[in-house]
Amino acid sequence: MVTEKKRQFLIFLIFALAALAAPFFLKGNYLLNVLVFVGINTMLAVGLNLLLGYAGQISLGHAAFFGMGAYISGIITARYPLEPFLIMALAALCVGVIAFVIGFPILKLKGHYLAMATLGFGIIMYIIFNETVDWTGGPSGLSGIPNLKIGALVFDNDWNNYYLVWIFTLAVMLLSINLSQSRIGRALRAIHDSEVAARVMGVNARILKVQIFTVSAVISAVAGSLYAHIMTFIAPASFGFNFSVELLTMIVIGGLGSIYGSFLGAVILTMLPEFLRVFQDFDIIIYGLMLILMTMFMPGGLISGIEAIARFIAAKFGRAKDDHAEA
Amino acid sequence: MLKLNGITKVFGGLTALEDVSFAVEAGSITGVIGPNGAGKTTLFNIVTGLYTQTTGSVILDRQDISFLETEKLAALGLVRTFQNVELFREMTVLENVMVGLHTKSKSGIFSCAFRLPGQMKEEKTIREKGREWLEFTGLGDLAETTAGSLPFGKGRLLEISRALAAQPKIILMDEPAAGLNSRETFELASLIRKIKDSGVTVVLVEHDMDLVMDVCQSIVVLNLGKKLAHGTPREIQENPEVISAYLGDG
Repeated sequence: MVTEKKRQFLIFLIFALAALAAPFFLKGNYLLNVLVFVGINTMLAVGLNLLLGYAGQISLGHAAFFGMGAYISGIITARYPLEPFLIMALAALCVGVIAFVIGFPILKLKGHYLAMATLGFGIIMYIIFNETVDWTGGPSGLSGIPNLKIGALVFDNDWNNYYLVWIFTLAVMLLSINLSQSRIGRALRAIHDSEVAARVMGVNARILKVQIFTVSAVISAVAGSLYAHIMTFIAPASFGFNFSVELLTMIVIGGLGSIYGSFLGAVILTMLPEFLRVFQDFDIIIYGLMLILMTMFMPGGLISGIEAIARFIAAKFGRAKDDHAEA
Repeated sequence: MLKLNGITKVFGGLTALEDVSFAVEAGSITGVIGPNGAGKTTLFNIVTGLYTQTTGSVILDRQDISFLETEKLAALGLVRTFQNVELFREMTVLENVMVGLHTKSKSGIFSCAFRLPGQMKEEKTIREKGREWLEFTGLGDLAETTAGSLPFGKGRLLEISRALAAQPKIILMDEPAAGLNSRETFELASLIRKIKDSGVTVVLVEHDMDLVMDVCQSIVVLNLGKKLAHGTPREIQENPEVISAYLGDG
C-alpha cells in the first residue's frame, strides 16, 4: 500500500524529471523561451494559490510584489556592480518585511473588502513604478539590468534561463507541496472552510494568514527578480492590475488549492496569448470570460477534471485486475 | 473547573444576559436550558471568546479567561462544538480531527515546508492520534471521506471527535442533539457519558429535555437573559418558576 505522501512524492519526481528533460526535446525551439515564462508564472501562481486556494484569502495586488522584486533587483544591479543573487535575496527580504507589515491590517478584512484593499495596494505600487522616474525610468521602463551569472555560466540564453527558472520553480512547488501536507497546510485549509472553528481548535488564524501572505509575496518577489534579470528590461505595464487578474485567472482555471493546477493554469495563460494575438488588447475580456465560465462549470479547475479522469481510469484498471484475480 | 461571575452582555440597548453566575464542577455533565432567546448561545460565545462580556468574568481552573482570544483557549483545555456544525467541509474526516490536534503539535511554517525531521515525526503522531479519536467516536471507517459529504449525524460526531482530539479538560456543546433522529440522540447520550467517564467535563446547551434530564447531573435554567434556577434534574423538574417559564404563566 503506497501512502499518500509517497504517492505525492512520486508524482512530483516524475513532474520534476519531465521538466528537467524537456529542453533536450525542444532544443532551438522557440517554445523553450515560452516555457521560461511558464516557469515564472507557475511560481507566481503557486504563491498566489497558497494564499487563495489554501487559506482562502484573496489578493488582487500580487503583481505589485512581482514588480517590487523586479524593480529592487533591476534598479540596484543596473546601477551598482553588486552580486545579483545577493540583491535577489535582499529584494525577497524587503518584500517579505513589507508584506508582513501591511498584512496585519489588510488581512483583518474579509471577502470583498480584502479584495478592495489588495487592489488598492496594487494600484498604489503601480503608480509608484510609473512616477518615480528617476529610479524606475517611469513608463518608458528600466533597461541595462545585467544577466545573472555563476562563474563563467551566464544566464543569457533560453537553455540556461530555462534551468535557472525551473530549479527555482520546482523548489517552490516542492516546498508548497510539503507545506500543504503539514499541520500548517491543514490549518490554512481549516481557516478557509471555517475560520471560527479553526480558531476554536487553537489555530491562530490572524498570524497564520499574515505568514502565508508573506510567503506568497516573497515567492512573487523572487519570480520578479528572475524576470528582471532574464528580460534585462522592465516596464510598469508588466506589473499592473491586468497581470494580477491574469494570475488569478491562472489558478482559477488550473485549480484552486492545487499546486499542479497552478502549473496547468500558468501553461494555458502563458501559451494562450501566443494564439490569441488577434484579440490584442481584448485579452482581459477573454480572461474575464474564462473566469466566469470556470467558476460556473468547473469550480475545481481543470486539474479536478484531470483527476476525475485519472480516478476513472484507475477504477476501471483496478476492477479489471480484480476480475482477473477472481478468474 | 469553570466559573462564571456576574456575566452581563448588552447588545446596543438590548440586554441579552444579566448577571449570570454559576460554576461547573470538574467531571460533571452540566446542561444549560431555557426557552428560545434566553441567551444560551450568547453565553457560550462569551465563554469561548467569540463575544466579549459587558461586565463579569469567566474563570477556567483559577485562571481568568474573560478577555482571552478564542484561539488561546484550546491550549488551556477548553473547546466547543457549534449548533450548526462547523466542519472543515473540503477536508477529509481524518484531516478534520488532525486539525483538532493543532495545539498538540508545534512545527512552524518553515519546518513544515522543509520537512525537518522533527516535523515528520510529529506528523506521524498527529495522524495516529487522529485515527484513535475516530475510533473512539466510531468514525474510523470514514477516515478518508470528505467531511462535507457526511450525513448530518455523522458530521456532528466528527465535530465532537475533532474537539476531543484537542484533549480538552472541558467541552462545550451547543445543541448537540439538534437535527438528530431519536436513535442518533440515544447514541449521543452514551457518547456524552463516555466522554465524561474519560475525565472530560461536559457543558451542553440543549433543547431536547429528555437528553438533558437523562445525562446531566446539574442543570442551569436561563430565561430572558437571567438565571432562573440551578439544580439537579429532579429539582429543576419540580421548580414552579421553571415550569411557568416553559409553559407560560397561565
